[in-house]
Amino acid sequence: MAYSEKLLDHFKNPRNVGTLDKNSTSVGTGLVGAPECGDVMRLQIEVDPITKKITEAKFKTFGCGSAIASSSLATEWLKGKTVDEALAIDNMAIVEELALPPVKIHCSVLAEDAIKGAIKDYQAKNGVQTAESIAASH
Amino acid sequence: MGQRLIYLDNNATTPTDPRVVEAMIPYFHEIPGNAASRNHPFGWAAEQAVDNARKQIADLVNVDEREIIFTSGATESDNLAIKGVFEMYQRKGDHIITVKTEHKAVLDACAKVEKMGGKVTYLDVQRNGLIRLEDLEAAITDKTVLVSIMWANNETGVIQPMKEIGDICAKHGVLFMSDATQAVGKIPVDPKAVGVHLMAFTSHKMYGPKGVGALFVNRKSPRVKVTSQMDGGGHERGMRSGTLNVPGIVGFGKAAELAKEEMQQDAERLSKLRDKLESALMGSLEEAYVNGTRESRMPHVTNISFKHVEGEGLMMTFNQNIAVSSGSACTSASLEPSYVLVALGLGDDLAHSSLRFSLGRFTTEEDIDETIAKVTEGVNHMRDISPIWEMYKEGIDIDAIEWSEH
Repeated sequence: MAYSEKLLDHFKNPRNVGTLDKNSTSVGTGLVGAPECGDVMRLQIEVDPITKKITEAKFKTFGCGSAIASSSLATEWLKGKTVDEALAIDNMAIVEELALPPVKIHCSVLAEDAIKGAIKDYQAKNGVQTAESIAASH
Repeated sequence: MGQRLIYLDNNATTPTDPRVVEAMIPYFHEIPGNAASRNHPFGWAAEQAVDNARKQIADLVNVDEREIIFTSGATESDNLAIKGVFEMYQRKGDHIITVKTEHKAVLDACAKVEKMGGKVTYLDVQRNGLIRLEDLEAAITDKTVLVSIMWANNETGVIQPMKEIGDICAKHGVLFMSDATQAVGKIPVDPKAVGVHLMAFTSHKMYGPKGVGALFVNRKSPRVKVTSQMDGGGHERGMRSGTLNVPGIVGFGKAAELAKEEMQQDAERLSKLRDKLESALMGSLEEAYVNGTRESRMPHVTNISFKHVEGEGLMMTFNQNIAVSSGSACTSASLEPSYVLVALGLGDDLAHSSLRFSLGRFTTEEDIDETIAKVTEGVNHMRDISPIWEMYKEGIDIDAIEWSEH
């Protein structure tokens, strides 16, 4: 199948590949997918404790071209956003930006899950109550 | 672009040999007849061309030309053999035996037989891709009418023990059909010598044109008959109606003639190049595994899994100029990895990580050298950005992680 220029660019020149210290309290890590499914994404964010803005985002992905491009794009979008703004990133925005074909939509879902996973990890480390944990305590 | 294109996907289809194209050209305009037109020179010339091609093809596989039925390709031949035998021999029995690693044309024809009320046994293969002969023998019942086992596998190139299978079929009086699409024209194939009664093959996997194939149907001891699946003018001894594709058949015949002459030298040259490719990749990359036995394998094929790298992603690193194929789910709409590799017992992770390289008559050493460089670079790049590779390198047991399946 033919891929969009943007997708190919993110695939060939992936932004923000790398690893942050997962033990640091200012870092949140999201690891989603499974090797059996052919996709594993690890997305990490570093949050400034004062401004609550995401200052750094890194990823590593095992997967097809669409999965790699989706995670690369996600890290680009995350930088400079607040945690709340990051939570609002929707997978369909990734689908549109990269012109993902229908069979690859799951790659964008995985990227959204990875973002949410990283934020959840950060919040858990920093004692922030998430909507889920509030609901669970009632 | 501007880059040299390298084609290592010859198991998907081969380029038509220019000598084949040349042989076909007169049969489009200058000699336009219908081979079934028996009353004028146009028809006679077409019929003669078809007869000649039938002889060339029969010679390649060492059978009588009256045993070659032309079809539109191997898929049609597989369907005609399997459904045709099932319908023809219904009184004798309703059971067919095949193998899990067969081509979809065979598996889906068998599924249709099941819908029509037949019973089908799908044999497992071993880790090396070969069936166990004792499994085959144990599966045969007094209701078994047909055993359908491919000569060489399209994904791994693994060649089944045809003679031994033929002997078992003969011992039990069961017809033996083989999809020999990947073998004919590449290695010596002699169905009668191994006890094969029906054999499907096609032109476009042996440097002939697409859209034309054949079914060999044994004529004597036993005389095999199949119920036609295409009704009409009664062409091809009533087994396959439809006006013959004369230019295609001429090309198929020429391709068969060339294969007979050049097969051995092609195979020798290609197996050296294949071995070079394989040992270079296995030598420079960790955690690379060849899928299927190397002891009984087509000379031009290798299927390699690169652990912790996803096949389609890997292909994207070099597919601007190098064509290969992958068993990865992501190359198809199904999201399931190759059922052939899964049948070999590969975990989903290795099945997702596989590439098939299939060389051909027009592959050069330069092609192989460039492929070695690009694939090595691609695997290293994909591992650099793979979280699983990082974990593996840190000594984390990947299998012990509870993954969030999605």
